[in-house]
Amino acid sequence: MAEFRMPSLGADMEAGTVIEWKVKPGDHVKRGDIIAVVDTEKAAVEIEVFEDGIIEKILVETGMKVPVGTVLAIIRPEEVPAGPRDLRERVPEASGAPVTLSTPSSRPPHAPHPMDLHGLPARSVKAGAERVKVSPYARRLAAELSVDLTALGGTGPEGTIRAADVERAATGRTIAGKLPVPPAGEKVAGQVPPEARPVAGDRREGMRRAIAAAMSRSNREIPHYYVQTRIDMSGALRWLEAENQKRSIEQRLLPVVLPLKAVALALREVPELNAYWMDDRHRPQEAVNIGFAIALRGGGLIAPALLQVDIKSLDNLMEDLRDLITRTRAGRLRSSELTAATITVTHLGDLGVEMVFGVIYPPQVALVGFGKIMEQPWAERGMLAVRPVLTATLAADHRATDGRRGARFLDAVNDYLQEPAKL
Amino acid sequence: MKEEHIKEILLKILSRIAPEADLESLGPEENLRRTLDIDSFDALNFFVALHEELGVEIPEADYGQLNSIGDMVRYLAARVG
Repeated sequence: MAEFRMPSLGADMEAGTVIEWKVKPGDHVKRGDIIAVVDTEKAAVEIEVFEDGIIEKILVETGMKVPVGTVLAIIRPEEVPAGPRDLRERVPEASGAPVTLSTPSSRPPHAPHPMDLHGLPARSVKAGAERVKVSPYARRLAAELSVDLTALGGTGPEGTIRAADVERAATGRTIAGKLPVPPAGEKVAGQVPPEARPVAGDRREGMRRAIAAAMSRSNREIPHYYVQTRIDMSGALRWLEAENQKRSIEQRLLPVVLPLKAVALALREVPELNAYWMDDRHRPQEAVNIGFAIALRGGGLIAPALLQVDIKSLDNLMEDLRDLITRTRAGRLRSSELTAATITVTHLGDLGVEMVFGVIYPPQVALVGFGKIMEQPWAERGMLAVRPVLTATLAADHRATDGRRGARFLDAVNDYLQEPAKL
Repeated sequence: MKEEHIKEILLKILSRIAPEADLESLGPEENLRRTLDIDSFDALNFFVALHEELGVEIPEADYGQLNSIGDMVRYLAARVG
C-alpha cells in the first residue's frame, strides 16, 4: 500500500491546499499521471503520481490545507509480481516527507541503498532479455527510487541507462523528454471550487512570504561568491538573425535560448555547479535542469525547470520555454517542474539592466544572471570597436565550489556563445 | 483595412497578453513595453497573434520601430490591403 503525500514543491513550501482531485477511489493511475491540483503560496500546481496503482482512498478533501508530508491518498498497487515492489517496502521513508527524488530537500540524508543490502536491482537487470548497461549512479538512484531498470530505455552511449533516465522514469517523464502540453485555452479557474480559490491579494502576499523565506534562508546559510564577465555577442546575434530570417514567425528563436544552452553545455565542463548542497554535503546532479526565473504579471516570480537543457536542440528548447512560460503565467505548472531545477538562470535583459547578481535558490549551489545585450565599447587587438555585449554573472555557493571554478564556467559560457552554430 | 479596425485587433490581442491592463487609458503613442510591462516573450506572442489575425509577418528587423499602438497602426495600415 503506498501513501501519496503532500509533496514539498520547493525549499519555501510548508503546506498546500488540495484544490482539485483528478481521480476518485477505484481509478487506475500510472506513474506520471496528474492526479491532483495543489495550491501553494506561489501557484496552483499539478501533482504527478510516482507509481502505478489503484486509488484506494482519498484522505484529504478538496479545500483542505495540510502540511507537507501529510498523506493525501492511499494507492493500492496493481497485481504485479514481487521484486521491485518488495524493494519499495524496504526503502525507509523520510519522516513526514515524500520519498521522491524530485524533492531534494526532503530526501533522507543517508538513505541506505537497498541495492547494497539485497542486490535486487542487479538481479532485475540480469532478468532482462539482454544485458542492460547502467551507470553506477543510475543504479543507486534506481534503488533509492524503486525504479525498475529493465523497463527503461537508456539515452547514454550504447543505450546505457543514465541517472537522468532513472529520474525521468521516476517523475513519469517520457523518454523523448517532451512535455505533454495541456489543451490550449483550458483555464485553471474553471476547475477550482470557488471557496478554495485564493483571492489575488492573498496570492500576492503568500508569494512574497514564500520568496522571503527562501531568500532569507539563502542569505543566512549560503556564503555566496560572485564572478562576472562581458561577452561579445556580435557573432551570436548575426547567426540568430540569419536563422530567424529562414523561419516563420512561430518558429523564431528568442535570443535568450542561446545563453541558456551555453550555460547547459558549460555545466558539462564544470559539473560541480550543477548540484545541490544538502546535509553538509555537495551533491552534483547528472541531469542539467535549468530553473528559469519567470516574472509573473502582478508581481512575484517562479523559477520552474527546463529539463535536460544540455541535450535539447535550440528549437526544442524554445518550444519548452514557450510552453513553460505560458503555463507558469496561466498557473498550470507540474510538481516535477517546481522541484527538478539543479541550477537557476535569471534573465533581466528585457528591462535594460546591464547585470544582475542573484541570490541562490537552496539547495542549489549556483545562479547565473544575464543582463541586457547593450552596445558597448570593446577593445580587441589594440583596436576599439562597438559591439553588442552581454554581461554574464555567476553567484555561487563557496561551500561547494571556489572562484576559480566559477571563472572557468563563465569562460566556457563565453566560448560556447562564440560558436552559436554548435549550440 | 481601416485604421480603426486594425486598432481594435491590436487591443484585442493586447488584452489577452496583459489581461490586467487598462487599455482604454492607453495613449496612442505610449511605449507598450514600458507601460504594459511587455517582455520579449510577450512581444513574440504578440507578433505571432498579429500574424494569425492579419496575415502580416513582421520581420524581426522592424520590431524596433513598433513601440506604440500608433506606430503599429501606421505600419500595418500600409501593409494590409
